[in-house]
Amino acid sequence: MTNDTSVTPVLELSHISKRFGPIVANDDISISLKRGELLALLGENGAGKTTLMSILFGHYTPDGGTVRVDGVELPHGRPRAAIQAGVGMVHQHFSLAPNLTVLENVMTGTEPLWSLRSGTAAARRKLLAIAERFGLGVDPDARLGDLSVGEQQRVEILKALYNDARILILDEPTAVLTNIEAERLFSTLREMARQGLSLIFISHKLDEVMAAADRIVVLRGGKVAAERKASETNKAELAELMVGHRVTRPKREPTTPGETVFEASRLTVSSGGIERLKEIDFFLREGETLGIIGVSGNGQASLSQLMSGLAKPATGEMRLFGEPVTALDVHDLVDAGIGRIPEDRHRQGAIGEMAIWENAVLERIRQPLFSRRGIVDRSAGQAFAATIIEEFDVRGGTPASRTRLLSGGNMQKLILGRNLYRRPRILIAAQPTRGLDEGAVAAVHARILEARKQGTAVLLISEDLDEVIGLADRIQAIVKGRLSAPIAAEHADPRRLGLMMSGDWTSGDGVSGEGNSHAP
Amino acid sequence: MRLERREHRPLVLVVLSPILAVVAALAIAGMLIAAAGAPVLEAYGRILTGAFGTRLAATETLTRATPLMLTGLAAAIAFRARLWNIGAEGQFYLGAIMVAALGSSALSGLPGPILIPFLFAAGAIAGMALMLVPLWLRLRFSVDEVVTSLLLNFVAVLFVSMMIDGPLKDPLAFGWPQSMPVADHALLPKLVERSRLHIGLVVAIVAALLVYLLQARTVFGLQSRAAGLNPEGAVFAGVPLGRTLVKVACLSGGLAGLAGAIEVMGVKSYVTTDLSPGYGYAGIIVAMLANLNPLGVIAAALFTATMFVGADGMSRAMGIPTYIADVTVALSLLTMLVAIFFTQYRIRR
Repeated sequence: MTNDTSVTPVLELSHISKRFGPIVANDDISISLKRGELLALLGENGAGKTTLMSILFGHYTPDGGTVRVDGVELPHGRPRAAIQAGVGMVHQHFSLAPNLTVLENVMTGTEPLWSLRSGTAAARRKLLAIAERFGLGVDPDARLGDLSVGEQQRVEILKALYNDARILILDEPTAVLTNIEAERLFSTLREMARQGLSLIFISHKLDEVMAAADRIVVLRGGKVAAERKASETNKAELAELMVGHRVTRPKREPTTPGETVFEASRLTVSSGGIERLKEIDFFLREGETLGIIGVSGNGQASLSQLMSGLAKPATGEMRLFGEPVTALDVHDLVDAGIGRIPEDRHRQGAIGEMAIWENAVLERIRQPLFSRRGIVDRSAGQAFAATIIEEFDVRGGTPASRTRLLSGGNMQKLILGRNLYRRPRILIAAQPTRGLDEGAVAAVHARILEARKQGTAVLLISEDLDEVIGLADRIQAIVKGRLSAPIAAEHADPRRLGLMMSGDWTSGDGVSGEGNSHAP
Repeated sequence: MRLERREHRPLVLVVLSPILAVVAALAIAGMLIAAAGAPVLEAYGRILTGAFGTRLAATETLTRATPLMLTGLAAAIAFRARLWNIGAEGQFYLGAIMVAALGSSALSGLPGPILIPFLFAAGAIAGMALMLVPLWLRLRFSVDEVVTSLLLNFVAVLFVSMMIDGPLKDPLAFGWPQSMPVADHALLPKLVERSRLHIGLVVAIVAALLVYLLQARTVFGLQSRAAGLNPEGAVFAGVPLGRTLVKVACLSGGLAGLAGAIEVMGVKSYVTTDLSPGYGYAGIIVAMLANLNPLGVIAAALFTATMFVGADGMSRAMGIPTYIADVTVALSLLTMLVAIFFTQYRIRR
């Protein structure tokens, strides 16, 4: 331990252990936090981060160990005691009411009910003072449901501070944020630490941990694997500590692109009376990956909906395998062997309450392989699911178990498997590694690269620069529904891509629709 | 104490939960019986003998269970797809009045083996038609079908009331508002001589088996479940959401309409506004007690019918109001909801 013993830690977790049935979630974990420190708790999904924080906050009772705040031991399983001791928690899924205003949300559960009215003026003053102090600007009278996710998170933080939290715990705070929102969040957190608050944030993203934290505790398999100062480590070392072995993202090998399988010209897509995509041009070639980068909310969702067969273009032309098509329909795409990885795997990619085998075959259920005259061939479906589980290394379930039980990474492997098993001619991959841990990211990347090597044309829509640089052969940026002209991956570097994502297409790259993007 | 979602639903629990729910409901209702001053165990004994003690009682219980099975199936199949059909009562009446109209008309010249299936179909179609209204409103205008299907019950009953006091009024009924009876050869054959038990029971049990197979084995069953559990995911997988819901609505409304048709052809032969003692609403309870399982519906309908028929006998013998049956059935719905909850969650300290 490199702890400075002259300072009493504001928070001390000693020898915490917790089992769930046969699973050891936390195994003798000890962590301390100093005043004004920003500590990152890094680990893969299932490493025990959230369990540990739930014990600290009194949601779970540990099997052994103690929690001390300012040297005073907290009683187990009493969230209220934690709050009174000055511990605040910002959950991954906010516990706010969308139909109440910001001020009402902050006051609910904090102030006694009867003072909701009378104490409003005082509460407003206190809230504004806190917001001012930490630069957490937000309108106290805005309805919560009207705020962006980033703003809602700010309200959640304000609520904890309103409760006089001195120790703030954030569970995967950036999981729901865009890159820009995340940067803003971390600058707020650093300001809070500077003013004497102590913070712990849970993460599995190496970049943000390196950029934001003072000290990093790495959890692996329920144990503390290592503890490092951010200034004395690097991403490669952290990745290795986190996963337990060296992780290298697979490298893209050069291929020669084959014929054009899909082509879109001057395509416009509208929804809700708004043009989400404006006259975009792109094409996909066999054995080649086209990467679409951009800041979240610039039309990526519409593009993946269009290519998944869920949205129709208003104007423009499309050619699929050389044939003109007016709209893509889910069944046509599936039957034509076009793989689709949806943006949101929980909401679109799988039906959690259904069995793994049902999710494996649902989109192809009408095909003679899986049903005859309307009768489902269950054994064929289960055999197919078993093959995917085997070949794509889906862990944590059998064909008959419910899909909800799979971790995010394994659910994604299931979705990849049902698409790639058939060697699709085209693969539409929207945010394929969002929210996955480092090991799963590498597995997904390897699969996508392998498909490309076998001749699949890949459309990769991603907000992760490293991912796009690592996987794509050609890159286009999406900004406010428009696509830039493609640049070759060899010419891509983070700075240039950053400019493209900001909409600066003047550096010789031209804008899509000006005719210079049609190479084939 | 906190609630934690169960990772696995143990089969034992799934099977035991409805039984425990019924036991709990009986225990709570027992307190009311005790409060009314009667010995609890004897009262329940009387309910059992009242429902099954004689051949006549047993056939009567099965006769009562028949429409409950069909309305229970109607609710179960719709709820599985998260289509909240609360309108089985209205669909029941519309199916009944359709049968009364056609079964007493010139069409009744058809021979029985043709007429009976024809009237089944007519009743089912009437029920379907009524259920398609709330579905259309939901698909077109996003109107909550709970409200519309519920309100249509009153419309349907008033419509039936108008018909049996108007064009379909039986001139031989001494001015009572009741419909003309269906032709004799449209009446369903009896299963047991000198009782009211008719082959409608067989129809209901076969319907339960068919619905079970439909849900467990067919593409439609898989797709309707997907549509209910996660509409967005279902659409992504190419499930035609609107078409699937239309089919579900037709099945659900059709089963409720069929229940009405069978009740007229099997028991009453004519329609009055008290043809159903709330079969449509009780079907919702039956479906919930069965945990939406079509085969479970058979057992749940039997339980509900036992309570209703048995309570009559108990009431006569012990002077306790028959309302105890309503209370017990209603309680069993509540205890079942609690039981379902605990098959999905566990309490942790």
